[in-house]
Amino acid sequence: MSITNFIKDFSENFEETDESLFLPNTKFRELDEWDSLTGLAVLNMLKVKYYKLITAEEFLKISTIEELYNCTI
Amino acid sequence: MSYNPFTLSGKVILVTGASSGIGKSISIELSKMGAQLIISGRNEARLIETMNSLQGINHTFVSADLTIESELKILIDQLPQLDGLVLSAGIVKTMLFQYITLQDIKEVMDVNFFSPVILINMLVKLKKINKGASIIFISSISGNLCTWAGNSIYSASKAAINGIAKGLALDLAKKSIRVNTIMPGMIESDILDNNIITKEQILEDVKNYPLKRYGKTDEIAYAAIYLLSDTTRWVTGTNLLIDGGYTLT
Repeated sequence: MSITNFIKDFSENFEETDESLFLPNTKFRELDEWDSLTGLAVLNMLKVKYYKLITAEEFLKISTIEELYNCTI
Repeated sequence: MSYNPFTLSGKVILVTGASSGIGKSISIELSKMGAQLIISGRNEARLIETMNSLQGINHTFVSADLTIESELKILIDQLPQLDGLVLSAGIVKTMLFQYITLQDIKEVMDVNFFSPVILINMLVKLKKINKGASIIFISSISGNLCTWAGNSIYSASKAAINGIAKGLALDLAKKSIRVNTIMPGMIESDILDNNIITKEQILEDVKNYPLKRYGKTDEIAYAAIYLLSDTTRWVTGTNLLIDGGYTLT
């Protein structure tokens, strides 16, 4: 799974954010649309699509999309 | 002689989900009130821990996964005539609706709805539930009065429990068997193993409770004592809300 595909999956948890803002170094918590519900969606995505279970505490330490992607490989 | 209208002395009571949380606490408190218990759960080591915490003698345990038909049958075969049942086995699956699958729905419904209902159904057919007995489902405020993000399957399972409890209460009234539910708000034990919520989120959520804390397992156990005792022999089909005032606002 490439980071390009991961970014596509990640972006599908958002409704309004422009695709161009999803880059490897994007600090996703700083996106206007980011909230706890989106966070839950991302955790669910990791579990269902990437078979990766991370705790909420671990998740909080991750700030960029690339760091999140690195958790899955 | 001391006056105690809530005594459970002489009553034989089955508690499912007794290896942890609310079920464990209920087992311990019922034993203190004099009940003779059969406790059931999936995790044998933890079930034995509960056994060791019970007061009095003559209690037994059956390690069984009630979603597996053969294990359900083993439990039923070992059960004596019952004066009370507390169905507290349950699971939570925190997943947003767009990520759930039919398998997820079946998994939660199997544990939270089908297993307790089929257990009672089989016990009724075998006439193993005595006249005057009390059945308690541990339900939830979730699904009946409110819900939380990622909680849709759990909510559905608990709403289903409340629905069937009403039907059971009516259908079993002729046998003088009472059926009620307890609807807890968030209980401390529920949240401890839930890695999907941070400590900060919990502290923030607690503020939504007018009584400023989550519930404790023994506070649900006391309600079970009440509904199992003869003080409630005219109470059936009710849902006892214990939520620290959460659903007031």
